[in-house]
Amino acid sequence: MSTSAVNPKKRTGPVIFSEYNSGDGIKKAFSLKREDILFELKESKLKGRGGAGFPTSSKWMLTAAASSDKKFLICNADEGEPGTFKDRVLLQEYPELVFDGMVIGGYTIGAKYGIVYLRGEYEYIYESLQFYLQSMRKRNFLGNNILGSNFSFDIKIHLGAGAYVCGEETALIESLEGERGEPRNRPPYPVNTGYMGYPTVVNNVETLAAVPHIVCKSGKWFKKFGTDKSTGSKLFSVSGDCNKPGVYELPWGITIRELLNIVEAENTKAVQVGGASGICIPKSGFDRKLGYEDAATGGSVIVFNEKRNMLQVLKNFMEFFVEESCGQCTPCRIGNVKLLEGVEKIEKGNYTFSYINTLKELGNTMKVASKCGLGQSSPNSFISILENFKDEIFKSNGANNDRVG
Amino acid sequence: MTESDNIRVPVSQQPHSVIKSKKENGIGGLVSIQINEKAVMVPLGTTILEACRKNQIHIPTLCHHEDLCLAGLCRICVVDVEGMKTLQAACSFPITSPLKIHTSTPMVRKARRHIIDLILSEHCGECYSCIRNGNCELQALAKEYGVDGYRFGHVEQPRYSVDRSSVSVIRDLNKCILCRRCIRTCIDLQEVGVLEAIDRGDKTHIGTFLDKPLADVICINCGQCTNRCPTAALSTNDPSDEIWEAIDNPNKHVVIQTAPSPRAAIGEEFGVAPGKSFTGELNSALKRIGFDKVFDTNFTADLTIIEEGTELLNRLKKVLVNCDTSVKLPQFTSCSPGWIKFIEHFYPEYLDYLSTAKSPQQMFGAVIKTFYAKETGINPDDIVTVALMPCSAKKFECNRPEMNSSGYKDVDFGLTTREMATMIKEAGIYLPEMPKTGFDDPFGEASGAGLIFGATGGVMEAALRTVYELVTGREVPFKNLNIEPCRGFDGIKQASVKLENCVNEYSFLEGIDLKFLVAHGTANAKKVMQMLKRGELNDVHFVEIMACPGGCLGGGGQPIPTSAEIRRKRAQAIYEEEASLPIRKSHENPYVKYIYQKFLTEGPCGKLSHKLLHTHYTKRGRFIS
Repeated sequence: MSTSAVNPKKRTGPVIFSEYNSGDGIKKAFSLKREDILFELKESKLKGRGGAGFPTSSKWMLTAAASSDKKFLICNADEGEPGTFKDRVLLQEYPELVFDGMVIGGYTIGAKYGIVYLRGEYEYIYESLQFYLQSMRKRNFLGNNILGSNFSFDIKIHLGAGAYVCGEETALIESLEGERGEPRNRPPYPVNTGYMGYPTVVNNVETLAAVPHIVCKSGKWFKKFGTDKSTGSKLFSVSGDCNKPGVYELPWGITIRELLNIVEAENTKAVQVGGASGICIPKSGFDRKLGYEDAATGGSVIVFNEKRNMLQVLKNFMEFFVEESCGQCTPCRIGNVKLLEGVEKIEKGNYTFSYINTLKELGNTMKVASKCGLGQSSPNSFISILENFKDEIFKSNGANNDRVG
Repeated sequence: MTESDNIRVPVSQQPHSVIKSKKENGIGGLVSIQINEKAVMVPLGTTILEACRKNQIHIPTLCHHEDLCLAGLCRICVVDVEGMKTLQAACSFPITSPLKIHTSTPMVRKARRHIIDLILSEHCGECYSCIRNGNCELQALAKEYGVDGYRFGHVEQPRYSVDRSSVSVIRDLNKCILCRRCIRTCIDLQEVGVLEAIDRGDKTHIGTFLDKPLADVICINCGQCTNRCPTAALSTNDPSDEIWEAIDNPNKHVVIQTAPSPRAAIGEEFGVAPGKSFTGELNSALKRIGFDKVFDTNFTADLTIIEEGTELLNRLKKVLVNCDTSVKLPQFTSCSPGWIKFIEHFYPEYLDYLSTAKSPQQMFGAVIKTFYAKETGINPDDIVTVALMPCSAKKFECNRPEMNSSGYKDVDFGLTTREMATMIKEAGIYLPEMPKTGFDDPFGEASGAGLIFGATGGVMEAALRTVYELVTGREVPFKNLNIEPCRGFDGIKQASVKLENCVNEYSFLEGIDLKFLVAHGTANAKKVMQMLKRGELNDVHFVEIMACPGGCLGGGGQPIPTSAEIRRKRAQAIYEEEASLPIRKSHENPYVKYIYQKFLTEGPCGKLSHKLLHTHYTKRGRFIS
């Protein structure tokens, strides 16, 4: 499998997996003014790789502009979206990209402390990351007066405890502070009031890994790849019914069909783009482009072939959300339970179309009324799977039921 | 400083709210926004909810409570803010830039209705068998949004067993809607921290440490959570069935003592606006219900002042004259049972600082079953004493095993204002229309000093009036005896009064600045204890602490809702009533003089006083096995 860390040199890609020597980005950054780095970043149009797609340069600028004696840069390595595993590959095989990106980020926004919030299940790579940080300290890429400059920066690693919601940046911060991992009210946003109340940037692992490349090779170079609205490349974690699952670096804008060809998927019925919180695309949508403007994803691509029962696929996702909702806000806590109950009703054939439509409306409410991204995106699969596979689902389930509506 | 300024900003949301501009008219002080097409100016940092309320636009709320920090989790208050992809919670959205807000779009109305339907689907219980029927925020919302069915089903079987372990507070999680007001009340308002959200997703529930019963954790029984729960998930342990039984039993002599705070608030239960006392009307109602005697707790409040004041003077003498280092100063008041349990749990090594005087409620119980029984010739075994209190912790207090110095259970039942109002209604009485009558003898009318026990600072004010006069032979040097530094809702108040030209007996106090400190709410009590630990109270002599915000008038058994404004009005009612009383000093209460002549003949802090009117405390600690 291409995901294993047997030989990192084997990986190739236009941006992230292009050539890079540890420390080059830091050295280059130190030769630049902070504004120049922000300019390159803005020029690159890099957007957050976690899935939400917020412009990275804006986050950095807001934090850089905030006046505070302390600032923090957090690397969100709580990779919990079902079907994503590209951050693990980056951390295991390309730690220099992530950590160099953090040092550059700290330098640019004026933070002295970086924190990696590492997914609890990735505990087994904790030691190797610590080892790598230690080697960076030895080479003076971390610590006091990095490379003889007056900039000091260090990174610590904090292990999560297994909650999906802690990938949401404010819940992540709560968890870091030792509180129950639950999202905060926004505004105020972390760029003003983040970790311990200080201005904080929270970036995805892959976002940070792109930074050294942009600093070394310019924003202009970066945006040569991808589309106008989705610049650069993306690491896709492809899993499911295909012959070559794994992590692929491909330019944004590639169509689903092209991706399916690359991973050698056959008889594909559906592709779940964006993990459990993403949307399920049927055959008719395989010419859609992967990108923020069309089929957005934080990297997860799950392939389903003709043999898969889409209702069971949906049930699995809904069970996930019922369990992983933090339980704070009403729409998400109870709404997901109701959606799952709806799936179970369909399964038993004990439903009416009018109730299913009510649940779809509820899903739309959840999208707009939930407190954080979890509840705002959990109805996506419910709505898209029931819509795109209604023939399959409603013909094979409860065909004898006396339906209304 | 107003009370709300002074309420501690909570840990959980402290750094996450926008600080309001101090200068409204300064540059950037005001923001111009549009609410439903209407242009208005609001101070920077105002929440959308505040802005709407100021402009007479009603936004429904559930998790929001003005005494508590922001939550933004029930989502019932969502509004549409132009330019934002999702709806925003009005209660927790600070306005920092010009916004266009819509509060009643189809999307908003549908979302609110969905949220109510979702909550109802998990809310187990029928309205007509619920003690909050008619005063339930969820019920009100369901009506407001025209709920006529359970769109997403309804849970029929209770999922949790009701926790009746505590004599003070009952928890019924089946009715809990997870608004988490109780958590914020417990952690942020009171800094006790008994309750927290446990588990996640659909298993989320409000729990205690290891989900232990409430009686087995460090709950101080203040009942503030019951005051803020929007439904009946939290309520007080109601003894009214047993009280009715006693009243209906001809062989029982049932007496009730009424504390000052319930009288100043019970009208609210009958739809009267806060701020009016119903002392006389309540006396008539209680007699009509069937209580054999109605006594004024203020009588033993006066007694408390004499005992506690004498104890203070004794302590001062031991320290100043005998140089006895085992005697602790400052002396802390001991009449708030919530505060007593708080210090027993959190600062058990400081129990020697507490006055040993019992609370007025317990003094009364002991006096009734001894002195009163003797005077009237009634067998104490046949006497049932009920205490009408604003307080749920009083229930715990009267059930403390040591509270039997009369040889019987001194006080049989503690009844809250809310529970009393239900009994009155059940008896077919409309309280505001009752005639006014006085209290029964032999304890008669009490002094105003006892009355003001109901407000934070009241005990201190009453004590100073007596102590100062005992020591100097003159009245306290404050206009109309109103010791203003004791009044108001500042979290911690500190002041002093100079003792000059003392009478012979107290010449050792000549020239001393008698320093006192008043705090209310256990969050402030915690601050005071930290000051004590740091040695900052070395020159303070007397400290009054009440467990509830605002003092007893803000007690956990008082009518729902509560707010800073409501508590202010209740205080006003108490102080107004006090000003009109003929006797305003505890030591001038003729019935107090009488009991020391007839019964407690060794005087204050004498042997019999110690047996009946004083108590001891238990080192509980924070860790419960």
